Amino acid sequence: MKTQWWSLAALLVLLLLNAVMNPAFFAVSIHDGQLYGSLIDIAFRSVPLILTALGMTLVIATGGVDLSVGSTAAFAGACATLALGGGWLSALAAALLGGLAVGLFNGLLITALGLQPIIATLISMVSTRGLAQLVLGGQILPIANPSYVAIGTSAFLGVPVAIWIVVFSCLVLSLLLRRTTAGLFIEAVGANSLASRFIGLSEKKVRLVVYTLAGLFAALSGVVLSTNIRAVDGNNLGLYLELDAILAVVIGGTRLSGGRFSLLGTVFGALIIQTVTTTINTQGIRVELMLMVKALVVIAICLAQSTRVSQLWTRLRQGAMS
Amino acid sequence: MSVILEARGISKSFGPAKALVDVGLTLRAGEIHSLMGENGAGKSTLIKILSGIHRADSGVIELVGEKTRETIAPRSNQEAQSLGLSTVFQEVNLVPTLTVAENIYLGRELKRFGILDKRKMCEGAKRALARLGLDIDVNANLEDFPIAIQQMVAIARALDLKARVLILDEVTSSLDRMEVESLFAVLRQLKSEGLAIVFISHFLDQIYEICDRVTVLRNGRFVGDWTLSELPRTQLISKMMGRELEATERALSNTDSSEAQPAWLECEGLARAGSIEPFALNIRAGETLGLAGLLGSGRSELIRLLFGIDHKTQGRLKIDGTEIAIDDATDAIRNGFALVPEDRKTQSIFPGLSVRENIVLALQTQRSWARALSRREQNEIASRFISAMGIKTTDAEQPIETLSGGNQQKAILARWLALEPRLLLLDEPTRGIDVGAKAEILKLVRDLSAKGKSVVLVATELEEVVRVSDRVAVLKDHRKIGELTRPNLNENAVLSLIGEAP
Repeated sequence: MKTQWWSLAALLVLLLLNAVMNPAFFAVSIHDGQLYGSLIDIAFRSVPLILTALGMTLVIATGGVDLSVGSTAAFAGACATLALGGGWLSALAAALLGGLAVGLFNGLLITALGLQPIIATLISMVSTRGLAQLVLGGQILPIANPSYVAIGTSAFLGVPVAIWIVVFSCLVLSLLLRRTTAGLFIEAVGANSLASRFIGLSEKKVRLVVYTLAGLFAALSGVVLSTNIRAVDGNNLGLYLELDAILAVVIGGTRLSGGRFSLLGTVFGALIIQTVTTTINTQGIRVELMLMVKALVVIAICLAQSTRVSQLWTRLRQGAMS
Repeated sequence: MSVILEARGISKSFGPAKALVDVGLTLRAGEIHSLMGENGAGKSTLIKILSGIHRADSGVIELVGEKTRETIAPRSNQEAQSLGLSTVFQEVNLVPTLTVAENIYLGRELKRFGILDKRKMCEGAKRALARLGLDIDVNANLEDFPIAIQQMVAIARALDLKARVLILDEVTSSLDRMEVESLFAVLRQLKSEGLAIVFISHFLDQIYEICDRVTVLRNGRFVGDWTLSELPRTQLISKMMGRELEATERALSNTDSSEAQPAWLECEGLARAGSIEPFALNIRAGETLGLAGLLGSGRSELIRLLFGIDHKTQGRLKIDGTEIAIDDATDAIRNGFALVPEDRKTQSIFPGLSVRENIVLALQTQRSWARALSRREQNEIASRFISAMGIKTTDAEQPIETLSGGNQQKAILARWLALEPRLLLLDEPTRGIDVGAKAEILKLVRDLSAKGKSVVLVATELEEVVRVSDRVAVLKDHRKIGELTRPNLNENAVLSLIGEAP
């Protein structure tokens, strides 16, 4: 079974568990033409993570990693505030441009200077966060522009705009990757970068593109995060986002060593992480247990996906039968 | 001379692959013994068993003393060292960030009142290095020295271990002539002290210069051992390659068209410093050109140079009379070249991706990212090659690594044939695959040249190269030493060319 379906199964189990504990869990109601309910809430809250994790999926598929996405989100949010005077569109453009710049910088460190991805992005993780704080002057800057804030707060056809952004991003990205050869090239570089050199596939170009895309998606996530709370906090916006994003990718069935990737799996992975968080919050589990519970769930899911465990499982079953 | 170590009936398998079958080795005190064999013959495995890195599946190793005879089975390199078996491996396996002295005393540090006695270790290290005529700062980190010096340090360390048997695996490959001379002087000294030395090198000259006896392995089996002074070079080579000289005057000559065709690809003085010396080479349509030579003679280097994986440092390459620059694989492919590289696992296959994807990838790369082949086109190409080449797979969506080696290699060939290349460079296309698939691939090579393609073939088995090729270029020590064409092309001729060339 493809690993992405494992993560879907895990997600469904988690949701069902919630429904058992809280019969009203699956209920969706409509107020003022907008949908409300736990499911919508989980989907909405996982938007920044999904966006970041989509970009991270491509980076990980090439066998790399991007630690700078959280800082990039903060930096992009800060860039947007500089351009707010020109309206929401210019703010959005400024954010995306900021993310693009960081991603390109990462890509160049890795391809042109030959730095290891973990080192290169660690450098920009630190420096980009610093840059965000510089732009904001060390302050938490409130966002007052109502049309820009609408990105993270309003709804369209009853569904939050942020969710539409995710749906749209997923569609565009999968079309872009699967209808062209880009997806195959990314997987080829991740599966065997030396062999890609022998077939004349420019792995450097591929890497440059994926890190740039990761920067763009992190920026988009920064926009959603900051408009949702109507403020940009250079110190805390997107803090530890990179860790959750890596986790989402791995839970979704994409291997850290690179190769085959699954965007859908990543979406499921991000939803799982958010569901766990929401469950802990709503079930009255003590907050200080949050990280431990999260860790347990993650360990369980990763074990369920591992080939060694599945081999062990088959052997146990065969042993029981014979 | 008395026997010091005797190994008998040593066998070792790695999964289904039999690395060693019933191999023996006898070492005498005061002799330098060479272990010879082509790539994959089992030399490394045997040495790793002797030095405790691998354990034999079966067989006995006996260490013979003055009056004792004990059976040993070292479980670690350290245990082997304590038994008196000291090994220097091809790759320096010391700690680069420790000092030279610390490396020489690694694992057997000198202590005084429980504290490291640095002064004594430095003196000892200096003495050990002085034996090799080396005077370097023993307090500097090992990594600050070039590989050749690091190799000398490793040798000095091994010598200092008070070994009874010293094994040197390809240690001279990074040493220059002077360094080799001083090493040899030390080896002669040790020999007179009654040590048994195993010396492995692919430089025949060095073997004949320093060694007394030789044991030859082939395909994991024991071929025999001889006194070197009684074994001429051509004989030794033929024993390694597995062909008696007088045998096989092959009967191919199915293609005599090569003479008629003009050369479309010409190399003039093409070279890469440190990799292959200037050579001239012409390639004609419908012709298979074999590259013969021992491992390390520069066959793969020549092919990598042609394909732009390595860059030339001098010379010219002309296609249809025009000079062409080939700077990378993309240039090569654009000019109609295709390369099946030497190491399938690390250089060819994309594990995790399907057979279909592995086949279409090169074609896809040539078409640029926006002009994707539709899934239907991909399926069509994949299934066409799977049936034409008889690739055994349940379907085109199987991950490629689940196929057998031979079928993986056929898929890689299909990848390149899909590009309809003008020149196919095949570097060891039959390595590590079973006899049936081997024959099929060789037949394919002949079919391709019959269809007018040019093929350059490298294969470790000389018999294969001679049988399939119309013409053979012979390489030795990174130099092209000659060319043989029909009717003068046979294994004898190739072997004597290698043996006689300086």
